[in-house]
Amino acid sequence: MSENSREKAPSRRQFLSGAAAVGVGAVGAGAARAADPDPLITQVQEWAQATGEGVDATPYGLPIQFEDDVVRRNVEWLTADTISSINFTPIHALDGTITPQGCAFERHHSGAIELSKADYRLMINGLVDTPLVFTYEDLERFPRENRVYFCECAANTGMEWAGAQLNGAQFTHGMIHNMEYSGVSLRTLLEEAGVKPEGKWVYVEGADASSNGRSIPLEKAMDDVLVAFKANGEALRKEHGYPVRLVVPGWEGNMWVKWLRRVEVTEMAIESREETSKYTDTLEDGTSRKWTWVMDAKSVVTSPSPQAPIKHGPGPLVITGLAWSGRGSITGVDVSVDGGKNWIPARLAAPGTDKALTRFYLDYNWDGSEMLLQARAKDSTGYVQPSKAQLREVRGENSIYHNNCIQTWWIKETGEAENVEVS
Amino acid sequence: MSKYPELLAASALALCLAVPAHAEKFGLGRPALSEEIAAWDLDVAPDGTGLPEGSGDVFTGEEVFAEQCAICHGDFAEGVDNWPKLAGGEGTLSDKDPLKTVGSYWPYLSTVWDYVNRSMPFGNAQSLETDDVYAMVAYILYSNDIVDDEFTLSHENFLEVEMPNAAGFIVDDRETAEAHFWTSKPCMTDCKESVEITMRAAVLDVTPEETAAKATEAQPSVQEASVEVEEKPAEATAVEQTAALDPEMIESGKKVFKKCQSCHQVGESAKHRTGPALNGIIGANAGAVEGFKYSKAMKAAADDGLVWTDEEMAAFLAKPKAYMKGTRMSFAGLKKEDDIQAVIVYLKSFGG
Repeated sequence: MSENSREKAPSRRQFLSGAAAVGVGAVGAGAARAADPDPLITQVQEWAQATGEGVDATPYGLPIQFEDDVVRRNVEWLTADTISSINFTPIHALDGTITPQGCAFERHHSGAIELSKADYRLMINGLVDTPLVFTYEDLERFPRENRVYFCECAANTGMEWAGAQLNGAQFTHGMIHNMEYSGVSLRTLLEEAGVKPEGKWVYVEGADASSNGRSIPLEKAMDDVLVAFKANGEALRKEHGYPVRLVVPGWEGNMWVKWLRRVEVTEMAIESREETSKYTDTLEDGTSRKWTWVMDAKSVVTSPSPQAPIKHGPGPLVITGLAWSGRGSITGVDVSVDGGKNWIPARLAAPGTDKALTRFYLDYNWDGSEMLLQARAKDSTGYVQPSKAQLREVRGENSIYHNNCIQTWWIKETGEAENVEVS
Repeated sequence: MSKYPELLAASALALCLAVPAHAEKFGLGRPALSEEIAAWDLDVAPDGTGLPEGSGDVFTGEEVFAEQCAICHGDFAEGVDNWPKLAGGEGTLSDKDPLKTVGSYWPYLSTVWDYVNRSMPFGNAQSLETDDVYAMVAYILYSNDIVDDEFTLSHENFLEVEMPNAAGFIVDDRETAEAHFWTSKPCMTDCKESVEITMRAAVLDVTPEETAAKATEAQPSVQEASVEVEEKPAEATAVEQTAALDPEMIESGKKVFKKCQSCHQVGESAKHRTGPALNGIIGANAGAVEGFKYSKAMKAAADDGLVWTDEEMAAFLAKPKAYMKGTRMSFAGLKKEDDIQAVIVYLKSFGG
């Protein structure tokens, strides 16, 4: 195998010169005739002659080496320490809607802990008839549900409030993942303990040293919240709360408490650190919104984008991205190539489903000129994703959280892309 | 009519049972014991529900804070590096870059008490005495000019403390304040006259870019190679010594080290964090890890010729503050001798 074929992303310089060459070759070419026979076809390749790896070479498979740049990445300057930090899903390099667990973003407040199923306990206490303790095995005996939901950190796109800052969909929109969860409805567990009439909230808490806890209105807790132990068919990963995490569909990721150890039924919100000093949204006049749980409808073009430039020159181009809403399902996505002057309805890969990612495509014939690429999501409540200017008009620039504005990628003639803001 | 009416009736009944009845109990789990609830149910609500009896004054709080918190939050709660600032920022919430601290932002005192009690200090959570929590919270209030230096905080006067930004919050009003986002049918053509680029991410250049990362990676690999050559002898001794170390001790030391790793790193890519990187620390001169800013106490000990022998390290780890008055290491110490020995062996596995 040639060394060249093992190279992954070319350097910026290589990319620029390469793109220019491709551009020239592609003009008017259509299905261009090759000058010389392709040795990959005319010569017998090593992989067509010798044998490959046997079964069991990798008892639990990892992506092939050529894909080893498709990984979670961290922005070091964001936080003081990786133990209390966040990284980003490589959404620019993924397709479909399900996020593989191994590259789904991580957010820890006190590091990812190792908690075995044998050591796992879940307590239901507070305003209940009988406070209960469940083991992991107990949880497996309750009727189970399977549901696909997105989990988005409230701070996703939070670095973009004051201006275009991070150059890549992974960094601007990668605090999100979408998995199929298997677990027990929280309602089932609460009913097992018997909620007293004066109970109005639940306070949910994790087992790690951060004691991350959030207050959730009982109405939501009894609606669609899941106590999940599997994601995408297999056990949760350590970094996502193994063995048990909470799934709070459509609501900000911080509430999806990992290593869930306690659910307390209370009369009022506890107003813990993560629901007062953090995850509250400061408006321009200095007052702050609290209990901003639901994630507004949002979308982003994942490719082309700064980390996924166009390398093939003009002609057929797949413009694709993701859309989601914490209030319901995505009903449509429009794409603009001129910075929002005109919009073209994109094709949804499948009809939108409740509080889950929707993949969209725009099959486009690119003429090689500059584009200001945007996507705009619409959800089942009639909400239309706002522009950054519209959001700032209501919220100012200090909200940190819940930035669901329309994103603009400036696609240049070379095919390179940059995160920009437009008028 | 069936020949088996009873059977029909029976299967009809079975059918009913198969449909999950609302609020049906499964009889799974077991009742939680009061001791268990007491151990885990520690949260404190804004009205003081859950607050244990106790008290602590500003003066004591200052001492405890210096010992337990200052390494990250600064002696005056002003914050070190990227760690949270706990004091200051009053009146900045409508500024371009608001400074959100306990004084300028936090609406409830219960949140401060609860968070310190359950989640601090970072890396050694739930190790504080109740009275010390009261004292530290009193000190944080004092740092924010909310109380004077004579103040003692207790469960009795807890609700009397007025937090400056208590009225600074409103409940999520997006559905009314942003009702105009529910437009259903947005503009599709000629939506604006002109479009200009007003800001570019490349101007800021703060992205950990993949292509850039790969390009820079190529260069250091040459440097790394030369470093490797230089360090070969040292590495060889490290490997030899590792071979002589008890793997079980290394393994249990690794577990003990979890208590240290919020501040210290070991291994190939170890960097200084709140504490210095510890590769090769056993047998090394104290206060000598390059690029780390030590406390005066540690520097003085280094000048006196302190060497981290097994014995000295064991004594330090047992009670850091007693062993070295003035060390910045805010760690209570390892109580078990076995743990101390194991962590020393673990540290040795990284050279020294």
